[in-house]
Amino acid sequence: MSVVKLEGLTKTFPRGNVTALQDITLSIEAGEFVSLIGPSGCGKSTLLRVVGDLVPPTAGTVEVNGKPAPRARADHDYGIVFQDSVLFDWRTVAKNVALPLELLGWDRARRKQRVDEMLRLVELTGFGDHHPWQLSGGMQMRVAIARALTFEPALLLMDEPFGALDEMTRERLNIELLEIWRRLGSTVVFVTHSISEAVFLSTRVVVMSPRPGRIAGIVDIDLPQPRTVDTREDPRFFELVTEVRELLRGVGADEHGSVLAEETA
Amino acid sequence: MAQVAVARPPEERRRRAQAWRSAAVRVGTVVLVLAALWGLWELYRWVWVTTGWTHPFPVNDITMPHLHTIFQALGQPSRVQGPLLISVLLDSAWFTAKEAAVGFLLGGVIGFFLACVLVHSRLLQRGFLPYIVASQTIPILAVAPMVVVWLKSGWQSVAVIAAYLTFFPVTINTLRGLQSADPRAHDLMRTYAANRWKVLWHLRVPASMPYLFTALKISATASVVGAIIGELPSSIQDGLGGAILNYNQYYSLQPQNLWATNLIAAALGITFFVVIVIAEKIVVRRAPVHVA
Repeated sequence: MSVVKLEGLTKTFPRGNVTALQDITLSIEAGEFVSLIGPSGCGKSTLLRVVGDLVPPTAGTVEVNGKPAPRARADHDYGIVFQDSVLFDWRTVAKNVALPLELLGWDRARRKQRVDEMLRLVELTGFGDHHPWQLSGGMQMRVAIARALTFEPALLLMDEPFGALDEMTRERLNIELLEIWRRLGSTVVFVTHSISEAVFLSTRVVVMSPRPGRIAGIVDIDLPQPRTVDTREDPRFFELVTEVRELLRGVGADEHGSVLAEETA
Repeated sequence: MAQVAVARPPEERRRRAQAWRSAAVRVGTVVLVLAALWGLWELYRWVWVTTGWTHPFPVNDITMPHLHTIFQALGQPSRVQGPLLISVLLDSAWFTAKEAAVGFLLGGVIGFFLACVLVHSRLLQRGFLPYIVASQTIPILAVAPMVVVWLKSGWQSVAVIAAYLTFFPVTINTLRGLQSADPRAHDLMRTYAANRWKVLWHLRVPASMPYLFTALKISATASVVGAIIGELPSSIQDGLGGAILNYNQYYSLQPQNLWATNLIAAALGITFFVVIVIAEKIVVRRAPVHVA
């Protein structure tokens, strides 16, 4: 069954009459790890927000878990992670992770048990009583991932989650994220501006073109699972990185530079 | 940052020593500032008295009593065979404090709820904010007699007058604070399908706390001023307002009594302020940059 199904999706913003997305048709199956990549203004963050029903589409249909997007949001069918961790300063780490469960009305004992499991999953056992500002950026992001997964959503939406982190932290978190993805068997839609990150993580990479945002091509990533540090040195890894880069050059992203300069549209 | 979890004894000892040092420095600063102010007062007196200058006003024991006579007055009987001035003033301060506290709580609660309602409707904001602002442009001296006419003179009407001065900063600042949360935090709450009550309780209200406490600090001192002024048209004799009126009449005979009353009134305002600062330290848990 498709976890995400987009048909003829178009999104225009009335202000400035901008067409952010035009005629996007895409189907994402259960268990997939799909990255969206593209130059500035290609609407990949907008696409993620439409899937999450944070902005309504102008035309076309969006289905998540076989339901219309607003219904799926009401049913807590997905968890989301933004570029910044968006943790609540006034809550401890454990209480931040417990927030969605509180809103769902779980009782205290059940919450505590699940929060402990989640902190173990993201390797933050013992940090539950800390406040977010006492943690490093990478640790804060792990808390945000734990919070997005506490209620076991079928789908995890990630909007450039590691964009603000340094290279080494980012590579370590990439491996941790894949580990979590494998263990939970969830479906991930991942927006990134890094070609190597997209190739390393994904089972499919969706390359998007700008103004208006369209799908320029889809690259199947046939690298063996599980991915490890050695994956990045695999010749096939470089071939796939080159393939994605060629596609991006075709859509007018000149070299690595402007892709890296991507902003969250 | 990972080391936070592990307490290291030598580091702990050094931190404690540093805490003591900074506390000593703070106390020392307060003492120094007080001594400097005392010195300035007496220096001004001495210069004006020895030179005989009369501008802006002639200086003598009536216009500017020695600071030590003001403090001595606190330890002397307020009238012949009467209780000590300090105990009279402390009784008055306690009476006024009760009025101010009730007014402060009333104004704080009303102000907070008003902000919670207004934050949900731009229309209500546009409709009501001008009148809320207008309410504060009317001098409290004009409002106080009306309140006394409506509610009869008594400590209740004084509390209402104090509340009138309290609610405004609370409404304005809380409204700002309720709107201060990160837009992505609102997105996050939307992904949880949280309704507006849950957004209010779990996001807006906690985000507004630093703003609320800024307002409460202003309001805490304003409520004391409101209570003192409110006592005048209510002709209440038991509070600091009554004491100020009373000692004002005997100023030419015993100027130090009025000065001593003002001193106690200031101390009461500072006490209110400090209580809020302590409550803020307990309630507001933020990154150190925000706390400052």
